[in-house]
Amino acid sequence: MRTAETLKRTPLYAAHLECGAKMVAFGGWEMPVQYSGILAEHTAVRERVGLFDISHMGEFLVAGPNAERALNGLLTNDVTKLSVGQAQYTLMCNHQGGVLDDLIVYRLEPSVYLVIVNAGNIEKDFVWMNTETTVSVIIGNLSDRFAALALQGPAASKFFDFSATLPHFHVQRHQVFDKDCWVARTGYTGEDGLEIFCEAADAPHLWRMLLAKGEPFGIKPCGLGARDTLRLEMCYPLHGNDLSEETTPLEAGLGKFVSFDKGAFIGSDALVEQRAKGVGRKLVAFTMAEKSPPPRPHYAILANGRKVGEITSGTQSPTLSVGIGMGYVETACASVGTQIEIEIRGKRFPAVIQKKPILKKGP
Amino acid sequence: MNVPKNLKYAKTHEWVRVEGDIAVVGITDHAQNELTDVVYVETPAVDARVEAGKECAVVESVKAASDIYAPVTGDVVGVNEELGSAPELLNQDPYGKGWMFKVKMSDPSELNELLSPDDYSHHIGA
Repeated sequence: MRTAETLKRTPLYAAHLECGAKMVAFGGWEMPVQYSGILAEHTAVRERVGLFDISHMGEFLVAGPNAERALNGLLTNDVTKLSVGQAQYTLMCNHQGGVLDDLIVYRLEPSVYLVIVNAGNIEKDFVWMNTETTVSVIIGNLSDRFAALALQGPAASKFFDFSATLPHFHVQRHQVFDKDCWVARTGYTGEDGLEIFCEAADAPHLWRMLLAKGEPFGIKPCGLGARDTLRLEMCYPLHGNDLSEETTPLEAGLGKFVSFDKGAFIGSDALVEQRAKGVGRKLVAFTMAEKSPPPRPHYAILANGRKVGEITSGTQSPTLSVGIGMGYVETACASVGTQIEIEIRGKRFPAVIQKKPILKKGP
Repeated sequence: MNVPKNLKYAKTHEWVRVEGDIAVVGITDHAQNELTDVVYVETPAVDARVEAGKECAVVESVKAASDIYAPVTGDVVGVNEELGSAPELLNQDPYGKGWMFKVKMSDPSELNELLSPDDYSHHIGA
């Protein structure tokens, strides 16, 4: 972990302090964890609209006539399925099939892709992609030059006329408050919303203008705390918690983002073998009974009195007002409806395995 | 930050209101503000023995679980049952409806080890 002096700050650092943010260290960055409160921010996104600074995320541009082939060799999903303007969720694995990162690929032009990686993995991913690619391609790390804002919630579509012609999981170039941006209809909350990629220097202007424009809708600036509760209700995995180099996409239940028919990619041999043998453990979602302490990472998961796994993400669901979480359990105990127990400070509390997502809704 | 003048304070951000040989204990306004949205409170059991400076309860926000330390030694003679269904009382009324537990003090001289309102205000930089 870096010390406070060396934590990186986004171009919106001063704006966060102005908005009354509590700042914390996350993935090497000093980021807002909350402003008015996690519960209020969470509710704003579910019912109205919220604004997040996601400038800590990494932006790579992958370009050249072989860009498509390069990405298909590095990533698990089939990038050839993307038309210009489309987005795709995908994973990057090591040679053992372990997850190096999960990312979103946007096809901006026929041979230019924008790749969004997790904040804590920027340097690692950049070195990996450039070292491991077997074709000639430009992979540029533009993370320090880009900022990114996420406008999330049912009212997000009311901000700009272009939303009417920007479908879910698509990206387009637009002027946003007179600044040139890439605007994507994507997010990490389960709500409709936009992710806006802009020049770092333009970010404070966009932040102020979006908050002002959102005032009639009851917009709130939202921190990483609400981002975490929102994504966990949707069972979106967080790399570093639910995904790591020690877990595979198949164990994480992300097989639909692995293309086994596109040809070889890094990790494909291991994943083909694992698919044939079957996985020994699975990432499951669960809810706790009412009036239990919130589940937290590393708490033991038990079935029939025996430890069968460990929590990787857990919180109190602001929407459902019960504890929710995810964790890896032995495959025999992983089916929906299985009664489990969570061990918290030496006591055991009942929980039940749920179908994902825990919150049954979506854009 | 609200630091009532009629209470004593632990450096670990608990307050004590003395009622005869009973100490009523809760967490300070500063503590609830730092913890943010409280979603679960685990109080000690009635009749449990608590020891000054030792953890005896847990307060959980959405983000994290935090230990609460007993400011004095003694037997727990009452707990705030309302916190089971309304943990948010710790945020809304930390010195009133958000009280946590009552201890029958075995050594009231321990109260001298606690901070005055002025010293506690200084401690939290208020």
